Amino acid sequence: MKKRPTMGRKVVDAAVKAFSLLASLLGIFFLGWILLEVGRRGLGALSVDFFTQLPAPPGVAGGGLSSAIFGTLLITVVATLIGVPIGVLAGVYLAEFGKHNRMGASVRFAVNTLMGVPSILIGLFVYTILVLPLGHFSGWAGAVALAIIMLPVVARTTEDMLGLVPDSLRESGLAIGAPRWRVTLGVVFKAARSGLVTGVLLSVARVSGETAPLLFTALSSPYWPTSLSGPTSNLTVTIFNYAMSPYKDWQQAAWGASLLIMACVLALNILARVAFKEKKQ
Amino acid sequence: MMTATTSSLTLDLRGGLGNEGARALSVTGAKAATDGLSEMKIRARNLSFFYGDHQALYDNDLDVRTGKVTAVIGPSGCGKSTHLRVYNRIFQLYRDQRAQGEVLLDGVNVLSPSVDLIELRRRVGMIFQKPTPFPMSVFENLAYGIRIHYKPSRSELHDRVEASLKSAALWDEVMDKLHKPGTALSGGQQQRLCIARAIAVEPEVLLMDEPTSAIDPVATARIEELVVSLKDKYTIVIVTHNLQQAARISDYTAFFYQGRIVEMGLTQQVFTKPKNQQTEDYITGRFG
Repeated sequence: MKKRPTMGRKVVDAAVKAFSLLASLLGIFFLGWILLEVGRRGLGALSVDFFTQLPAPPGVAGGGLSSAIFGTLLITVVATLIGVPIGVLAGVYLAEFGKHNRMGASVRFAVNTLMGVPSILIGLFVYTILVLPLGHFSGWAGAVALAIIMLPVVARTTEDMLGLVPDSLRESGLAIGAPRWRVTLGVVFKAARSGLVTGVLLSVARVSGETAPLLFTALSSPYWPTSLSGPTSNLTVTIFNYAMSPYKDWQQAAWGASLLIMACVLALNILARVAFKEKKQ
Repeated sequence: MMTATTSSLTLDLRGGLGNEGARALSVTGAKAATDGLSEMKIRARNLSFFYGDHQALYDNDLDVRTGKVTAVIGPSGCGKSTHLRVYNRIFQLYRDQRAQGEVLLDGVNVLSPSVDLIELRRRVGMIFQKPTPFPMSVFENLAYGIRIHYKPSRSELHDRVEASLKSAALWDEVMDKLHKPGTALSGGQQQRLCIARAIAVEPEVLLMDEPTSAIDPVATARIEELVVSLKDKYTIVIVTHNLQQAARISDYTAFFYQGRIVEMGLTQQVFTKPKNQQTEDYITGRFG
């Protein structure tokens, strides 16, 4: 039999390697560009006032985004408190009880679909079920919208992380006489702990930059958020408003807010990686 | 086999399976004489097992003697582990697995739906092929099970943990590492930790599913010693691939082949004078 020449194969191999490297560099390049640009333009806006002062009217010197920072924090914390328990429990069902049955398959499909729903749709949905009937925008509605976005992310990562725990560990727990729920909470959760924490952190990172769902729910406010029952100031909608405004100092503040959010998301992602690595060792 | 013997140890079981009357007559011990069944901790009767549509066990009849080590041997896939996993109903974790027949523990069918699984598993402990320490400290590995079944005071808990680790011949090695993670121990130590964990809830039976197949020879020897030392207090059923191990540590041996129990009797007899050709072929290494 005639031997196939190897030269062509080597060329193709080198070309595929080069193109895939180029493609991945391109991804990193744009991330780097965004980081640099937001950093360069935003850094100037960050000052003590930025974190401590309420927004100033356009043209008035000073002022900050303390209300928006606190509002975003508040909405995200409430969203986490709503979304994480439900998401984790749904993930527990998928991994521990609905692994092979029809109900589990349906829930899994629904969760996957929910994950793909554009966030603006979720904003509109919460607008129609909470904002319209109550007659006003509110931070609560914003938190609910973010919680709905978190839910499928948390559910799927929980399912995946619990799925990594070997059945032999479940069997050992049951073999000692522990009821199923105690095995899940006391043994399986412990074994998957860092993965679960990672999932929660990533879901928080995922929603902390969401704008569209808040635009229809929490809206925005120039005041310090004393409760979540009215329109609530938050960073992303503030960025949206300020960036579209014709005022130089507002645009500057928008860059600062962008930098702040980006830094937080980056920090959450790094934290998630560290949490996950700890477990691996 | 009907000759009057002075010790139940020398009693030949082979022909007596399922024949309680004959067995009771041949035993001279006072306790056994009043209750011919008391020396049988577990009796499996007509036990069949299914993975979905696939039948893995066929009408297994097996007797496990109180305070003895019973070895279960046979080639891979013959149903040894499957059989063992019925005794504590651990197979029920999986939806498509199902058992048929009876497994009598002290005369009560453990497969009956009225049996309390938690209490059954306290009485019938299990050690797995791979050591499976819980993701917690050495101390907590034992305390976990104890707290499920008892309400110990701090000192009672501590004493029980210490006593169990001593019984499992592990105390000396871990007494200053009680609060280190169980997973930080060596493989052999982890397996003894699992044995200690099972002992800690005061079981009557220990099921061991190839407990030494994942650890080195030196650690294996220690576990074998441990098994022999434990049989005074516990009834032990051990599945093993290692024929020498079965010969070394067991009193009785059951040979499984293709889901059926081909032969069962005193270990010495099964290994030296097997009655069945298949047993002989397996033991002499002709297959499996």
